[in-house]
This record gives sequence, structure tokens and C-alpha cells, in this order.
Amino acid sequence: MTSTFPAPGPFAQARLAEAQQPSAETAISVKGLWKIFGPGEHKIIGTPLADLTRDELRLATGSNVAVRDVSFDVRPGEVFVVMGLSGSGKSTLIRCLTRLIEPTAGEVMFDGEEIGKASQARLRDLRRHRFSMVFQHFGLLPHRRVIDNVAFGLEVRGEPKKARRDKAAQMLALVGLEGQEMRYPDQLSGGMQQRVGLARALAVDPDVMLFDEPFSALDPLIRRDMQNEVLRLHNEVGKTMIFITHDLAEALKLGDHVAIMRAGQIVQIGRPEEIVGAPADDYVADFVQDVPKSYVLTLGWIMREVRPEDPLDGPAYPSTTIIREAVRDVACSDSPIRIVDDGKLVGVVDRSMVLAAIAGTEPEA
Amino acid sequence: MTAAALAARPRAALRLSKTRSILLLSAVAVLLYVLANGHLTLPLDTQTPLFTALNSFRDWMIANRTAWFFVFFFTPVREGTAGLVDFVTGWLTTLGWVGIAAIAGALGLVFVTWRTGVAVAVALVLVGLLGVWDATMVTLGQMIVAVALSLVIGIPIGIWAGRSDRVQHVVTPLLDLMQIMPTYAYLVPLVLLFFIGNGTATIATMIYAIPPAIRLTALGIRGVSAETVEAASSLGSTGWQVLRKVQIPMARSTIGLAVNQTIMMALSMVVITAFVGAGGLGEVLLKALEIQDVGGSFDAGVAIVLLAMVLDRLTASASQTSDRSRPGADRVSVADRRRLQAAGITIAIVGIGLGVTQSWAHVFPSDFSLSFADPVNALVSWLEANAVWLTSGLKDVASSWLLDPLQQVLTSAPFWLVIGYAAALALVVSGRRAAAVAAIAGLAIAALGVWRPAMETLTQVLFGVVIAMVVGVAVGTWAARSGLVSQIVRPINDALQTMPAFVYLIPALALFGPTRFTAVVAAVIYAIPAVTRLVEDGVRGVSVTAIESATSSGSTAFQVIRKVQLPMARRSLLAGLNQGVVLVLAMVVVGGLVGGQALGYRVVQGLAQASDFGIGLSAALAIVLLGVMLDRITQGAGARREVKRIEDE
Ligand SMILES: Nc1ncnc2c1ncn2[C@@H]1O[C@H](COP(=O)(O)OP(=O)(O)O)[C@@H](O)[C@H]1O
Ligand SMILES: [Mg+2]
Repeated sequence: MTSTFPAPGPFAQARLAEAQQPSAETAISVKGLWKIFGPGEHKIIGTPLADLTRDELRLATGSNVAVRDVSFDVRPGEVFVVMGLSGSGKSTLIRCLTRLIEPTAGEVMFDGEEIGKASQARLRDLRRHRFSMVFQHFGLLPHRRVIDNVAFGLEVRGEPKKARRDKAAQMLALVGLEGQEMRYPDQLSGGMQQRVGLARALAVDPDVMLFDEPFSALDPLIRRDMQNEVLRLHNEVGKTMIFITHDLAEALKLGDHVAIMRAGQIVQIGRPEEIVGAPADDYVADFVQDVPKSYVLTLGWIMREVRPEDPLDGPAYPSTTIIREAVRDVACSDSPIRIVDDGKLVGVVDRSMVLAAIAGTEPEA
Repeated sequence: MTAAALAARPRAALRLSKTRSILLLSAVAVLLYVLANGHLTLPLDTQTPLFTALNSFRDWMIANRTAWFFVFFFTPVREGTAGLVDFVTGWLTTLGWVGIAAIAGALGLVFVTWRTGVAVAVALVLVGLLGVWDATMVTLGQMIVAVALSLVIGIPIGIWAGRSDRVQHVVTPLLDLMQIMPTYAYLVPLVLLFFIGNGTATIATMIYAIPPAIRLTALGIRGVSAETVEAASSLGSTGWQVLRKVQIPMARSTIGLAVNQTIMMALSMVVITAFVGAGGLGEVLLKALEIQDVGGSFDAGVAIVLLAMVLDRLTASASQTSDRSRPGADRVSVADRRRLQAAGITIAIVGIGLGVTQSWAHVFPSDFSLSFADPVNALVSWLEANAVWLTSGLKDVASSWLLDPLQQVLTSAPFWLVIGYAAALALVVSGRRAAAVAAIAGLAIAALGVWRPAMETLTQVLFGVVIAMVVGVAVGTWAARSGLVSQIVRPINDALQTMPAFVYLIPALALFGPTRFTAVVAAVIYAIPAVTRLVEDGVRGVSVTAIESATSSGSTAFQVIRKVQLPMARRSLLAGLNQGVVLVLAMVVVGGLVGGQALGYRVVQGLAQASDFGIGLSAALAIVLLGVMLDRITQGAGARREVKRIEDE
């Protein structure tokens, strides 16, 4: 039994269906990716052993399936979040994308190129120019000054000192670390160190940024600042981002799409509202049950079609508005909210529907 | 039989009854001894076919110096090394004592602190005053070459082992073997291949000094955070870039420690390599020891300690301050640093100029001297005259009440009983594989024809280990429970552990003269610091909660020690026992030189006399085998922990 309260309205269902369609444009496309650690790495896929659960397989063969038959598409310019508990295989997955860990099977397409087929030199080239990564414990070089840490990616690809220092200084300004150039990493707070990590990843001007639980090691307040920082940078530089986290709130806040991982497999992929509003199974439902629905679901998710008796003098919102943001207007206006996308009236939301969403129950018909 | 039945039981039952099974085993052994003593005791025959064969093998090797393997390998290696040593020593002599002291002082000034600079310069002047400057330069030249070559070989291998699990797996058991092998043991085979000379001495030093270089370098590389290496790779670094820009800089202080440890290891070989033609301070010390000139050996010993101090101070701190990431590392401003460097270079140049051109600054003037020989010899005579009741009392009591009976038992027991008992002990403490290794090692000793001297050595080792453990556990526990004691003991331990092993023989010889007991005393002094340290760390590591709960239920301090701290520190105690055994053995065989008899004496004879070569080589091998056997029996702690860790995962 999965609980899907509030149930998606008819419009939302139409959009759900649309979301299942493969998108025309993808930045990264992953198909059938596996990673097995251990002696049986190349002897398991395609045999009945592959159907065993992770624990069974470990007992039987001593091998550990970290990533199991994972497929997903990432659209250009979006933030794609992978969420799962510790040990679910997130770090392994994100490292397989650029082959920091060599995948056991499956393909990763990037910009029409199959990364699995790239030579070492080509792979290095991709890492130098197209991808960059931010790490949980920052991965900074303690023996180098902040500015030379940020310039590291430019240095390994052979840019002259002056040019790379200028670029690094710009990046430090972008992440709000002016004046810290000459200090050493261990003289900075955790939050500042991760800003250095961010600047280092930005400095190579990549197409895709990968984040492996970048804020898990930070205090909650600093974590919130850093999340906002990522959102701001995303708006400013518009990179495609793949973001790993074990924190559901972070996933819902940052993700355009969220994939939920469990024991190496993806159990659901969707927009935050789909994850919260229509969890695919009990596991996900369990996860999202404490999330305040009105903080995640959109007006488009709960709206109904316009009926002839509806007064149409209420405030107008686009369908992508989070319910919470419309609460004040709903409270002040007796007329239902009009949902207007591209100048077209697509539906309405009335007060009882908003209250039901806040309460997390089915609205009365 | 008994042991096999015990082993077949589940591990939990085995653990519970470990003490009891050892008691049971011992009872069976005593019974068998009573029944079978005097049979199959394998007395020493110096003319066995094996010894004769080895002797002729040696003669054959000497007669075939033109064989291809000499011409293309051993001879060039030895001559190349010797040539390097002569070259470096030549330069050291050319620079003169003022030049050397100035260079050392300048290095201290620039890389450490001005205080260190002054201290090392003064230490070198003291060496000159002791009248052993030339010998010291010979030794220093050898150290420089041995350490440089050890690092040139060891650091790349260490880096390789740090980056590749496969290499690490190949290298580790080799290093373990090199580490437990008493240095004494490989001199004889080495002489067979390289003959006597300072090249051979340098090679022997390197065999001992390379392992820490490899081990610590690998440790440093492995200690670099995996995430940082990944971060560098994720930005497209090549393997070489990761190594040069990330792994080596981040492992820098550990590699610095590797350099320091390599130097210390090399220094501990100064005396022992004098047996194979090292010359220098080792030879001075050894010659004095041979004629029981305690005072003369004392001067050379002090010079060795001073040299060790100089090299340790210069490298230990250099490896620390070069770590730029430490907060406050920037304390010395760039301008100050420049000024220091300028001062250092000036001092060195002036010193070298004086040393090369002025005769007083070139050869250490003999009018100034500060020898301890006479006062020390006077003290020894005084002790001989006045404290003889104490020293010989101790010696006699220990010899006739403990050493003699034990030796009597071990040498009159059938060899199969000793081996069987050792293997059974290994089985109970360390498991099946250890038991097999111990048994094979024991049988091999018997097959080598040196069973009797091996039993004599074993007697000394067992006696020494018991004393070292009693003292080590007492002092270690005390130090763990009292901050004050710990503060007093630690620096003493540090000093004792940096001292070359032979130095311990001097006071022992002064007090007890050339006997078996002297060797045991030196070995005990040698082993105590390591045991104390392991025990202290172990007892200190016992959780505060466990102690508090024992105290809160009304235990006395003694009860806390006996029922909580020592049992919970069991692992460290076993590790201490293991270390104690290895160290005592290493020193006991060295004691062969000062009346220790047994295997060590046979090795010395084998080096000195052609006709004793065969028995000497067999004795050397037996030392290794005895070391392996004792190590396996006491290894339980480490091996068990590995098993446990794997099971837990
Ligand atoms: N190098 C490795 N060797 C063996 N097993 C590994 C290795 N790296 C990760 N694993 C295993 O793979 C699984 C997934 O790990 P990981 O990707 O780190 O999970 P997450 O990042 O979600 O916490 C875990 O069970 C982990 O123990
Ligand atoms: Mg992870």
C-alpha cells in the first residue's frame, strides 16, 4: 500500500504521464550501470547470481554489489539529485560516471560520446575540461594556499601561472572568499573550505558538476547557507549538476529531479513533488511521510479543472508555485486561486484544497 | 594429542581454557622429561659433514673469484659501494674538523633552530676531544653512503608499495623477515659473497636500514586521504601529477620520518659491521671490548651516541618544520629566512675555508683531549675491588640458581621434546600455522647441527625475557597510571631507543665482566624500553569507564590493575612479549662477543677463522630460525586481532 495523499489531480496525472516520456534532450544518459566490488566482479552479471540480494550475494561469493542496473537521464542545465541512505551506493555511482571507479557493466553517454569507451588520455581530457567534482570532506591540498588549491585543475591541464591565478581569484570572489587567497585550508572553517572546493570545481569551467554529499560534514546552519549558494551559482552559471545527498530535505530543495536509491538500485525518479506526492513504494513513502506536503507540492499538483460556478476574480499563480507560497492569498481571498500558465487559465485551487494539502489529507469532494 | 584435541574444540572454549591448556601441556612436558632426559640431546660436534661441506664451499668460493657471478655482480657491487665510501670519507677528511662542524652547525641553524645548530657543532667538537675524530669520519662516510643508497632504493619502492596493493603484498613479508632477523645472522653469508671490507659493511648496513625507508614511505603514501587523491584525479591529473603534487607533498613528514629512522637504523649497525671490515668507531669500540678495556670502549661509545644525536637532531626536526601546512609555520618571515640562510652559508664557507687551508682546523689538535677512559677504568677497578660482593653476588645467584638449571634442563631434554613443547605452545597461543612454522624451525636447527649452542642461547633468551617483562610491565603500568612517572620515563626511553645496541654492552661489561650473565643484562636493558612503551600504551588505552566502574564497585588500586587494566591490555602485553623476545635474542647473540658463548660466539668465530666458517654459518642460520620460532610462538596477539577484524566486517 502506498499513500499518495494528497492524490494528484487530473492535471497532475497528465503531467506525471508526460514526465515518464524520455526527454528529447539529455546531458548525461546512464543505462544499465553496474558496479560489483570483489573477486566475482566480472563473473556475476548475466548469471542467476545477479538476482540475489546484496547480502545473499556477499555471503555466496564475497562480492559486493554497490550499484545494480541503474539507468537515468539528466537534462542539460538541471540539478539532478541522487538520494539514499549511507551505503546505498551513491558515491560509487557518481564515481562511475567519470570512471574514478571503473564500472563493471553498463554505459554512460555524455554529449553523444560513450565514456566507457574513452581512452585514458581522452578520459583525462574530459575530466580536465568537461566535468568537475566536489567532495564530502573537501579533498583540499593542505600544503597549498587557497588560491593554488583553486587553481589546481588549471595547473594540471598546463595553464600558465598568471592566467590560472587570475581565474582562481575570480572564482574565489564568486564564492565569497575574497581576501582568503593566501591562507592555508586548515586555517579556514569547514564551510569556507567547502567554498574553496566549490571554487576549485568551478574554475575549470566544466559542463557538468558532480557533488558527493558536499554538505554532510557541515553544521546545519552553514549547510543551509551552502545550499542557497549552490542554488545561486546554479542560477548564475547554469551548469548541469548531479548532486548526491542522504538528506531528503536537501534533495527536495535542490533537485529538479530526484532519484531515490536503495541497496544499489534506483527505486524512483521524479520531480520533488512526485516523490512526495506519489511515492513509488512503501520504502519511499516511509521516507517522505514526515515531509510537510505544502512545502513541496505545487499548485499544479492539487489543482482541479475550472467549473462554471467558480468566481474568477482570485489571485493568479503559475502551476509551478509551491503551495506554501500561496497560503497567504488563499487566506485573504474568498475566490479560488487561478492557475495561469503562459497566459492561459489551466485550473483553480480553492481554500479547502490548500488546507487539505497542509493537513496531508484527501480534500472533501 | 592433548593439544590437537584442544584445538579441535570451538574457539570460545579454547580461549577460556588457554591458561589451563598451557599448564596441562607443561605438566605433560615435565613428565616426558623425567622419563626421557638424557636421550637424543644432540651434543655439539664441530666436525659434522655439513660444517666440512660448508667450509669447502667457502674455499671454493674464494678460489673462484673470477667466476661470472662474481665478475658481473658481487664484485662490482662491492667495489662500487666501497669506492663511494672512500670518496665521501676522502671529502670529509679534506674539509677538516672545523669545516664539518661548521657545515653541521649551519644545517641546524637553517633547517632547525640556532640552538640545534650550536648543539650539533658542540657535539662534534666533543667527538674531536674524545680523540676519535678520524674514526668518526670513517663511520660518518659509511653512514652517508649507506643512508643515501638506502633512501635511493627504499623510497621509490616505498612509493610503489604505497600505490599498489600487489607490490605491498609482495614486499611486506620480506620486510617482516628482514626486521626479525638478528643483524648478526646475515653477516656470515654476506662475507661469503662480498668478502671483508668497507663495501661489505655498507651493504650489511643497508640491508638493515632499507626496511624502515620502504615501510614508512609506503605508510605515508597510504596515509594520504583517498578523497584528496580522488579530487586530483577528478580534475584530470595524470598518475605522475597525483604523485608529485599530492601524494609526495602530503606524505612529506612521514617520509621525513623514514629518513630519520633509516639513519638511526644505519647507526645501530656501526659496531656490528666492524666484524666485516667497517673500520671507524665500531672497530675502536670492538677492539677495546675484546681486551676488556671498558674505558676505551666507553669513549668510542660516547662518540657513537654523539654522532647519533647530531644526525637525529638534524633530521628529526627538519622533517617536521618542512611541513608548511601547520598553522604558525609561517612564523619565520621570508626576510628572516633569507637572513638565516645567508648566515648559514657564510658560516659553512668560512668553516670549510679554515678546515681546508689551516692545519689546526684540518686535523683535530691532539693537545686538547677529554678522554673518559681513565676515570671509567678507575671506576671499573674500584667496582671490582669494592662492589664485587654485589655484582658477582648477583651474577652468581642468577647463574647458579637460574641460568644453570634452566640450561641443564634444555640441554638434557631430548630435542623432540623441546620442539614438541614449543610447537604445542605456539598452537595454543597463535594457532595452527604458527605451530607448524615453529616445529619446522626447530627441526631445522637440529638438522644444522647446532642444537646445543641453540639451547644455550635459548636459555639466555628465556631468562632475559622474563626479567625484561617483569620490569617492563611494572614500569609501564606505573607510568600509565601516573603522569609524573610517564614524564620521567618517556625521555629516558627515547634516549635508550636511539642508542646503538652495542653501547649497552659497555656498562654491563664494566659491572659483570665477560660472562654469559653480561650478555643477558645487556639484552634486558636493550629490550626494556620497547616493552615498557607497549605496556604503557596498552594500559593507557583501557577505557576510563571500565576503570571507573571497577573503582565505583570498591576495587583497590591493585585489584584495578590486576583485574581490569592488565587483562584488558592483554593484547599490548602480548605484543610487548613478542617485541621483548625479538630484541633480547638480537642482543644475546651479540653478547657472544663478551663471553656470552652459545650461537653468538660461534658466529664471531666463523667470521674470524676459516676453519670455523661452516659452524659459524650454521649458527647464523640457527639464530634466524630461533628468532622465527620465538616470534611465531608469541605472535598470537597480532594474528588473532586480524582474524577478529575480518570476522567483524
Ligand atoms: N572500494 C570498495 N571496495 C569494496 N566495497 C566497496 C568499496 N567502495 C564501496 N564499497 C561498498 O559499496 C557499497 C556502496 O558504498 P558507497 O557507494 O560508498 O555508498 P554511499 O555513498 O551511498 O554511502 C557499500 O556497501 C560499500 O561497503
Ligand atoms: Mg558516500
